[in-house]
Amino acid sequence: MKRFLGFLVKEFYHIFRDYRTMVILFGMPVIQILLFGFAIRNEIKDTKIAILDYSRDNVTQEISNKILSSGYFILSDNLFNEKELEEEFKKGTIKEIIIFEQNFSENLYKTGKANIQLILDASEANLANMVMGYTNSILKEYQKEISGKYSSPPSITTEVKMRYNPELKSVYMFVPGIMAIILMLVSALMTSISITREKELGTMEILLVSPLNPLMIIIGKVIPYLILGIINAVIILLISANVFNVPVSGSNILLLAETVLFVITALSLGILISTLVNDQQTAMMISLAGLMLPTVMLSGYVFPIENMPVVLQWLSHILPAKWYVIIVKSIMLKGSGFGYIWKETLILAGMTIFLILLSIKKFKIRLF
Amino acid sequence: MSIVKVNNLSKSYGKTEALKDISFEVKPGELFGFIGPDGAGKTTLLRILTSLIIPDKGTAEVLGYDVVKDYRKIRSSVGYMPGRFSLYQDLSVEENLKFFATIFGTTLEENYNLIKNIYIYLEPFKKRKAGKLSGGMKQKLALCCALIHKPDLLILDEPTTGVDPVSRDEFWEMLGGLKAEGITTVVSTPYMDEAKLCDRVALIQKGNILDIDKPSELIKRNYRKMYAIKSDNMYGLIKSLNEFENIDSVNIFGEYIHFTFNEGDENMDALKKYLSEKGITEIEYKEIKPDIEDIFIELMRK
Amino acid sequence: MNMEKIIDAENLTKKFGNFIAVNDVTFQVGQGEIFGFLGANGAGKTTAIKMLCGLLTPTGGKATVAGFDVFKETEKIKNNIGYMSQRFSLYEDLTVAENLEFYGGVYGLRKNIIKDKTDYFLKLLNMEEERNKLLKSLPLGWKQKLAFLTAIIHEPKIVFLDEPTGGVDPVMRRQFWTLIYKAAEEGTTVFVTTHYMDEAEYCGRISMMVDGKIAALDTPTKLKEKFNASTMHEVFVKIARG
Repeated sequence: MKRFLGFLVKEFYHIFRDYRTMVILFGMPVIQILLFGFAIRNEIKDTKIAILDYSRDNVTQEISNKILSSGYFILSDNLFNEKELEEEFKKGTIKEIIIFEQNFSENLYKTGKANIQLILDASEANLANMVMGYTNSILKEYQKEISGKYSSPPSITTEVKMRYNPELKSVYMFVPGIMAIILMLVSALMTSISITREKELGTMEILLVSPLNPLMIIIGKVIPYLILGIINAVIILLISANVFNVPVSGSNILLLAETVLFVITALSLGILISTLVNDQQTAMMISLAGLMLPTVMLSGYVFPIENMPVVLQWLSHILPAKWYVIIVKSIMLKGSGFGYIWKETLILAGMTIFLILLSIKKFKIRLF
Repeated sequence: MSIVKVNNLSKSYGKTEALKDISFEVKPGELFGFIGPDGAGKTTLLRILTSLIIPDKGTAEVLGYDVVKDYRKIRSSVGYMPGRFSLYQDLSVEENLKFFATIFGTTLEENYNLIKNIYIYLEPFKKRKAGKLSGGMKQKLALCCALIHKPDLLILDEPTTGVDPVSRDEFWEMLGGLKAEGITTVVSTPYMDEAKLCDRVALIQKGNILDIDKPSELIKRNYRKMYAIKSDNMYGLIKSLNEFENIDSVNIFGEYIHFTFNEGDENMDALKKYLSEKGITEIEYKEIKPDIEDIFIELMRK
Repeated sequence: MNMEKIIDAENLTKKFGNFIAVNDVTFQVGQGEIFGFLGANGAGKTTAIKMLCGLLTPTGGKATVAGFDVFKETEKIKNNIGYMSQRFSLYEDLTVAENLEFYGGVYGLRKNIIKDKTDYFLKLLNMEEERNKLLKSLPLGWKQKLAFLTAIIHEPKIVFLDEPTGGVDPVMRRQFWTLIYKAAEEGTTVFVTTHYMDEAEYCGRISMMVDGKIAALDTPTKLKEKFNASTMHEVFVKIARG
């Protein structure tokens, strides 16, 4: 155990002393997510909405004003009955209709509960998601403001209906995609480089000749990057929740557990690469071209998988990132529990076990 | 018992035969040298002894263990210093030592006695990063790291390559000190002049062992008289000697040229006459005892 | 030294921050000389060579190489010198002829001259059959000899050799030195560093650097007399240990 700890300490020395890589590792997720986030946030300025107010009282008026003065939304029409909804959406200019129930303020005063329905045009899924997020946060803010006035805290519940694309299928959610890419990069690329560097230096020869078990060498190499990967994932989630209002709807713990699983998949890929090549340059090339590129292109991050040629769809099945992106989307956006994603989790776990076994088998106890 | 016992060992990489049917033994307490140029097969051989490479044919036993079957036992009792001083460049002198001590399950203090004489050179720089050390210092640190677990056998691959003569002298003094402590050492080097510092040497070239013996015995192998000659026009002298028909070998050695006559055709007077005809003057010559390098060249020609 | 001065260094100095790598060095090297440049690791040899090749600007003193100033005329210096080291030599994945063609082209030689030179070099080395073989298929000693000739393909006034014979077998090493002798005989100045002390004896004059300064400079014979030593190895150790 002491030997192993000594090894681990050395790995952390390497990481912390290479401060340029550290800056890239922690700066990159922040920059990427900010870039993507702000690129999309611009689109949500002056989004046209319609309001159907069955109640027409002080409270609904206050809420409407609040929403319209936020700068994100412009009122296109006031509607009077539900029949107009279809008509309104078909014009194609409005993205959201907000419906206040009858006797809204009365309900809120008396029972402490009132309902708002949000109907969204989900044909541009990502936009719909953002619009919904912004509307919700304005409503929450309002709720906080008025909570002092009531004996029991009021709750405004929102019911969301997505039109045209109710499951947000092609949702272009950048957060899950960025998480997959960053974790792949940190874990697979960095591990493979760190192992091949020892091969280049010749220190791997000494490690192999030492009584250190090869399994310990692997684990010692993997743990620091596992930790770095998790820290990175947490940073991404914090930024996305606090800066871009993309909170995790489902369980944080489940999300973290799935993330750990994905990081381990990526780490075993990294080890596998390092067992196949002998220098840092090749390891980097394989990691970037063989892992990053497919992850970006085929995981459903940039292009919807449904729209790809069948061959590529098949190919995308063997990418761990694809399954991870599905899992993260479900937990983050839909709030799904484990019951909904066990299949994807099982696939990812199966891949991980396969890769670990393969890389342990390939990790040579000798040179060549 | 022998510390290393190798029988009919062969190893090829594709078409290149790195080792061809090699056999030798190293006895306890010996300082055993493999002398040969780059590409002779030294590194391959030492890697087989450390169990890093599996041989194609033949057997090798180290400390009584088979290098293929019992590799684990070998790995915990051998100290190995690969070529190019494999150290962690971004760790300090002290951190490198501590790291290698921990992975061998020991501490710096436990075996300090063994490395004391070497470590005193390094102590003033113990906080310096290994990457910032001079070649000689790196070499000493790498030796300390290989010794830290008090190995029963020390295997050093070209420890003096690329290092200046002063550091090389110091390094061999250290190896002498370790020998006095009873440590068996197998060392490889491309420098022929280091052969005389070993107890026994194997001259190795293109995967073959040309000869194995004590250095003092090896230099007796040459049966022909060898001369050293010099003049004020060395290039002219080399050319002329090469053109003279009764001469067998001509090799420059430092300020002299070593040469031998064809067998039974020794005629110094004829040579002197020939040289003066060629305009080579101020000749100075003497009969000499050949050194290891002469022997190596002679063996290579066969 | 009544010949042309190919290297003329006066009080040459190079500082890196507080560290003085080359400290006030003065020496001359004449045409056709074989000049051995020795010193312990870290004594400042590499820095000095880099300055003389026009790769590093000195911080003090002055120097000319092949008649050109190391401060102002570095491009001209680069055209008039050859350089070869143990690490940097030829391209492994090109053939023998392609390597010569490439380096000839780098120095702006005409096609027919490169071809003549290639024919001549290969004949000199007895390597005519290897003309179209990839470099990596050749033994180290052959590569080094070829690398040396490549370094002088443009007939430079001076060639810098940085540990050219490391790891080369004893027979090849001597053949290599025969090439050096031949080049010097034909008027090329040879500036060489080596860790083989017997090779130091082959040099016309030798300088020994210690801690950035030239601690000794003379012919091997005179150095041995002066330090009361029988070999250059002893001389080296005596000077370096002070």
